[in-house]
Amino acid sequence: MGRGNAYDAIVIGGGHNGLTTAAYLARAGRNVLVLERRYLVGGSTVSEEVFPGFKFSVLSYVVSLLRPEIIRELQLSRHGLEILPLESTFTPLHGDYLFRGSDHDETRREIYRHSPRDADAYDRFGQLMYRMALAVKPILAMVPPDPTSMRPKDLRGLLRLGRHFRDLGEADFFMLYKLLTMSSADFLDEWFETDVLKATMSASGIIGTFLGPRSPGTAYVQLHHYMGEIDGAFRAWGFARGGTGAVAESIASAARDLGVTIRENATVGHVMVRGGRAVGVALEDGEEIGARTVVSGLDPRRTFLGLVDEADLPENFLGAIRRYRSTGSSGKVNLALSELPNFTCLPGHGDHLRGAISISPSQDYLERAYDDAKYGEFSRRPYMDVIIPSLIDPGMAPPGKHVMSCFVQYAPFNLNGGWNDERREAFGDTVVATLSEYAPNLPDAIIHRQVVTPQDMQDVFGLTGGNIFHGELSLQQLFFLRPAPRWADYRTPIRGFYQCGSGTHPGGGICAGPGRLAALEILKDGHR
Amino acid sequence: MLPGTPFHKRTSALCRARNWRRWAGYVAAGSYDLYHDREYWAIRSAAALIDVSPLCKYLIRGPDAVRFLDRLVTRNVRKCAIGQVMYTPWCDGDGKVIDDGTLARLGEDVFRLTSADPSLLWFHDNSVGMDVSFEDVSESTAALALQGPNARKILLALSAPGIDGLAFFRATETELAGIPVSVSRTGYTGDLGYEIWVDSDRAIPLWDALMDAGRPYGIVPTGLLALDMARIEAGLILITVDYVPAHHALLESQKSSPLELGLEWTVDLGKEYFVGRDALARQASAGPEWQLRGLEIDWVSLERTYGSVGLPPLVPSSAWRTSVPVYGGRDQVGYATSGCWSPLLKKYIALAHLRGPAGVPDKTLEMEVTVEHQRLRATATVVETPFFDPPRKRG
Repeated sequence: MGRGNAYDAIVIGGGHNGLTTAAYLARAGRNVLVLERRYLVGGSTVSEEVFPGFKFSVLSYVVSLLRPEIIRELQLSRHGLEILPLESTFTPLHGDYLFRGSDHDETRREIYRHSPRDADAYDRFGQLMYRMALAVKPILAMVPPDPTSMRPKDLRGLLRLGRHFRDLGEADFFMLYKLLTMSSADFLDEWFETDVLKATMSASGIIGTFLGPRSPGTAYVQLHHYMGEIDGAFRAWGFARGGTGAVAESIASAARDLGVTIRENATVGHVMVRGGRAVGVALEDGEEIGARTVVSGLDPRRTFLGLVDEADLPENFLGAIRRYRSTGSSGKVNLALSELPNFTCLPGHGDHLRGAISISPSQDYLERAYDDAKYGEFSRRPYMDVIIPSLIDPGMAPPGKHVMSCFVQYAPFNLNGGWNDERREAFGDTVVATLSEYAPNLPDAIIHRQVVTPQDMQDVFGLTGGNIFHGELSLQQLFFLRPAPRWADYRTPIRGFYQCGSGTHPGGGICAGPGRLAALEILKDGHR
Repeated sequence: MLPGTPFHKRTSALCRARNWRRWAGYVAAGSYDLYHDREYWAIRSAAALIDVSPLCKYLIRGPDAVRFLDRLVTRNVRKCAIGQVMYTPWCDGDGKVIDDGTLARLGEDVFRLTSADPSLLWFHDNSVGMDVSFEDVSESTAALALQGPNARKILLALSAPGIDGLAFFRATETELAGIPVSVSRTGYTGDLGYEIWVDSDRAIPLWDALMDAGRPYGIVPTGLLALDMARIEAGLILITVDYVPAHHALLESQKSSPLELGLEWTVDLGKEYFVGRDALARQASAGPEWQLRGLEIDWVSLERTYGSVGLPPLVPSSAWRTSVPVYGGRDQVGYATSGCWSPLLKKYIALAHLRGPAGVPDKTLEMEVTVEHQRLRATATVVETPFFDPPRKRG
């Protein structure tokens, strides 16, 4: 029994947000312990050698949203973080393709081939999204103020927000409103006529959500994917050398450097609460560790319905958490390959393989993929976002061999009849069959296949419902409603107990914003 | 691979400097010679042949073509006679310049408009309900500028009908060496000159014919470095260098109206309506806050500035395109956006945005000059552009 409170703070879960919170607390002089259930840190931000010689970014696989201030403040570059550029999107079709690269002129020429008008619109749209990302950027770095509260800090936050929106100018303000309320398909229909272009762009509006491209709210998710920035450039996506696990490892390295203790293979059973106040955690093996501050990096449902006694939480809060939508819609298929895929519509190993490969031939294709999921089946022909990490970082696979990461949607968590080994393999077969329609050499090139279903995401990685964002990124659970009204400022109804995961503002993806903002709020409360 | 223009086969063989620059998605020669001064002097003393194919070119046709264009641009298109060419900017609803180019009336209902930026979407947005069509001929039409005092002689040597009497800013359909072309007496040098528009598949024979006919008249293939100096001497502004097109601006303050760019002569407020008219009418009555003017940097002052560190004055060998602060006393009153040493005028000249009274001609200001890593200032006088305006341009 660690009665002596060896630690000022305990962080539950060694995902990238938990590690970030720990690092920031340690940076402020706190003695911090991170408890990770698995054998390695990273949570959903892990690279694992699933097959000898082949490193997989098992779940999350690209980086963009990672807040630059965190890279700067935690000196992540010094701790091994290298983000390699990933700047193109290739959408194969049957007989044609769409390739958008990093060069403006080349991309324009390519879109022009499909529609001259869209080529113009694409530039204007890019400028618009740039302005919209600028408009939302300050919000990402802000602790959500409670609009119903009269507390000075909330009023200050609301005032700042009001000023910010006033400064946007009316045209941008109205556009932002449209983005917040429309479906990505409808929004893109206002701009473009080329189906494959609209489909590929709207795909970033459905990633990770249980929504289709025609569902309202997806335009915002699309913007969410435009908000990432690397070296000051918005909408830049990158790949961490060594896979996404390298992001978590660099934060862990920074944290250790700052004095954080990280214990792997340590499963927390529950948070110990006395008199409405967190006093430490009890591990599943019975060990108890005391601390005045306990922080959960787990998703909201797991945090409040799993780690604490429901009797310690107010009923309305519990209700909000029970209603919090956290149903997964995606799976991941990781392949070890003996050779690169050869696409029929654009043969060879050109630049088109070095970025994202999007299986999104038309908006109807995506919507149909969603239809299957709505009724409890995985998509017969799913949407996929594929990258070949070994082309970007040769260290991911043995020389001449490759790894391929396929993000696959839709795979509903609540599959009819439930997920089992047979359904998992059937899902993997569907993915390979879909890809081989475009790259027929793929099936024979597969050395090893790892299929991760939403059920696996919950069982292995602890993501409730297999939701990759710790809860749907829909308007009703964003900003001051994430994860629940009144408790969006990283505090919880239990004193000394905080939340720092992707289920808090600014939300999902490898962002680490929640982890940082949570640490800053904890430090404001002052008690050690 | 970035594509070359339809003349690339010829231009690439001639480009000894291999300093290709990117222009609207094409490669274009910065200079052909290792140094561009022969090309510059060709513009002013003989004839320069410049590949301007990367310009965006549109054919606008239909019964509503005049109505549409009159709505789009600031000039009065109804006054544009068949065979006439108008230089014109066009604006957004707030009267801020989006782009500028030349508009040639090729027939009753047929126009050719050039632009720097692709403009199809803007055309579509502004032609709702009109009977007008847009054909993007940027790829299918190649373009050459033949500029300089001998330009006319070269075209006449090819016995091209209709050239001799072709007035400034007029255009005609004609033949050069049996190749059908459209010739306009226009250019970006402020000199006597023509722009020749040709089907891309006839580009190479046209180039060869002009080079052959031009040889006795000192024709020189000329790149963008020399062109840039000539256009500053002519006081002609360059998009994204001298002004930020409204559609690319991130801040309101980055945008400029035609009245602020010295283009008030292109704005016909007598027209009932055109995009940006009301905003421009308001600005015209209040007087624009900014003016685009010429600056002549005083040589004696430049000598003194360099002399302070023990150097003789150094003048730029090619045009610069950076924003340079301009001061009136202690306050910054504007910024120069491009400048060069004019070998012809023997003057250091620049184009500058000047605020309020600073833009009054003959005003004495100061421009920042970096001398041996120090930011110093040289005296500069505000002048009206063009700096150079030879009678032969219109004659």
